Amino acid sequence: MIDINNVHKTFNTGRANQVNAVNGIDLHIKQGEYVVIVGANGSGKTTLLDMVAGSVFPGTGTIEVDGKDVTKLPDYKRSRWIARVFQNPMSGTASDLSIIDNFRLAAIRTRSKGLSIGINDTFKNQVREKISTLGLGLENKIEQPMGTLSGGQRQALTLLMSVMDSCKVLLLDEPTAALDPRSAQVVMKTADELIKDYRLTAILITHNLKDAYNYGNRLILMGEGLIMKDLDAKQKSTLKQNDLFDWFS
Amino acid sequence: MDFYLTALLQGLCFSAIALGIYISMKIFNIPDITTDGSYTLGAVVTAILLTHHQPTYIILPAVIIAGGIAGAITGLIHTKLKINALLAGILVMTALYSVNLWLMGRSNLPLINVSSLFTLINISADPNHNSFWILLLFVAIITLIIGYLLKTDFGIAMRATGNSESMIRSLGVNTDRMKITGLALANALTALSGYLISQLQGYTDISMGIGIVIIGLGSVIIAETLINWLRITSVWLSLILVLTGAIIFQFVLAITLDIGVDPIFLKVVTAVFVLLIVSLPRITFRTAK
Repeated sequence: MIDINNVHKTFNTGRANQVNAVNGIDLHIKQGEYVVIVGANGSGKTTLLDMVAGSVFPGTGTIEVDGKDVTKLPDYKRSRWIARVFQNPMSGTASDLSIIDNFRLAAIRTRSKGLSIGINDTFKNQVREKISTLGLGLENKIEQPMGTLSGGQRQALTLLMSVMDSCKVLLLDEPTAALDPRSAQVVMKTADELIKDYRLTAILITHNLKDAYNYGNRLILMGEGLIMKDLDAKQKSTLKQNDLFDWFS
Repeated sequence: MDFYLTALLQGLCFSAIALGIYISMKIFNIPDITTDGSYTLGAVVTAILLTHHQPTYIILPAVIIAGGIAGAITGLIHTKLKINALLAGILVMTALYSVNLWLMGRSNLPLINVSSLFTLINISADPNHNSFWILLLFVAIITLIIGYLLKTDFGIAMRATGNSESMIRSLGVNTDRMKITGLALANALTALSGYLISQLQGYTDISMGIGIVIIGLGSVIIAETLINWLRITSVWLSLILVLTGAIIFQFVLAITLDIGVDPIFLKVVTAVFVLLIVSLPRITFRTAK
């Protein structure tokens, strides 16, 4: 589903503050794989994810999603296949718009935003039903502005929004970094269920080694812009949680 | 009393600028100074076409397109050349000064004995009352169109662009194109204010746009204060409050003149009034603690 071929990325090339973020990565992710990427800060994880999402273009190398070369395709054009959950809960939702408005935009992610009014009672009921699966009581507040919700609630809703329209790839960039343990648990559990139910191909970046251990069927350790370890489902299942901590010491 | 009727009429005329600034400021977070130029451009196009006896169905589209092009150019400069939005607006506004002069061929064009929007229909015998009904109808139509637009999928996407660019890009919207379209729309509305005022006052002058952006900003700020105070979330009510803000603004100026303040102080009164409205929410929040 995702093919990353010999990709390099340098920032500020030739200057004193040059950063070699990604130094030659070959990564092939099959459809339905839930890949967890861990690594120290500066290992290139987010740059790699940004290149898959399209907010950053590789210096050299190519990226293919679902067989199509998307290397130079801008991020807003990749939304046809890719949905993204950001680290900052504010980045994935619009604060001044109501929950239902946010969900409407998510529901037309792959289509053009036309001049018809898309929010009707049927749509509202659909959204209410979906939100009630979270068990947070938000289904009664769909006319409220997103900005009145907490970070954890917004992240959980961002996840639900990602499957409002057809989605092949889900990118999760440290989605629980800004959340308290309980909200983080809701978000990770919801993500796991959605990935299973919708058979998504997913990439999760996390610093939470417990989540890295519990979720996903492939584990990658990145360091200095390269892939250091790449464990498939079987190898991952033989790991003990402490082994992950050892990687970082 | 005539004073206040004029204030009301002017308020209705300026409600188009208020809607335009509402779109650019609130929805895009872009303060758009192109306004001074596109307002005059609207008035200039109107005056030229009226003195050439063109009908309304030619003049209206011409004014809208002219304002739209001005806004689109600001949008292009801002998004494609990555120039700060404020500067982009100033550049286009400055250029428009020359464009307007060149179009008019002179610094001022009187509109005496030409048919106008206000002579088009005869609802009432009194010319002021007639103008009032025509303006009310005109403004109502514009508000309905903009209100509908803001509720469409496109409109929601437009509102999201000003709120969270990262979010709306990941949801498939070309934010550059959206900003250009939005600025074109905002300035088309501003040009419509020029269209209305030039016919109301009976002339177009090259300097009529100077400082006009503060009227738009002031009207929107009054509206914003009311929207926050009354906790309005409905798009329709917000737009109606924008119109109200434009009218209130003109009334304050009318009251100022009525109580005998020297007209040379009108601009400082405007500035102080806008300052008061902006500070009001901040002062009340402090006393709430």
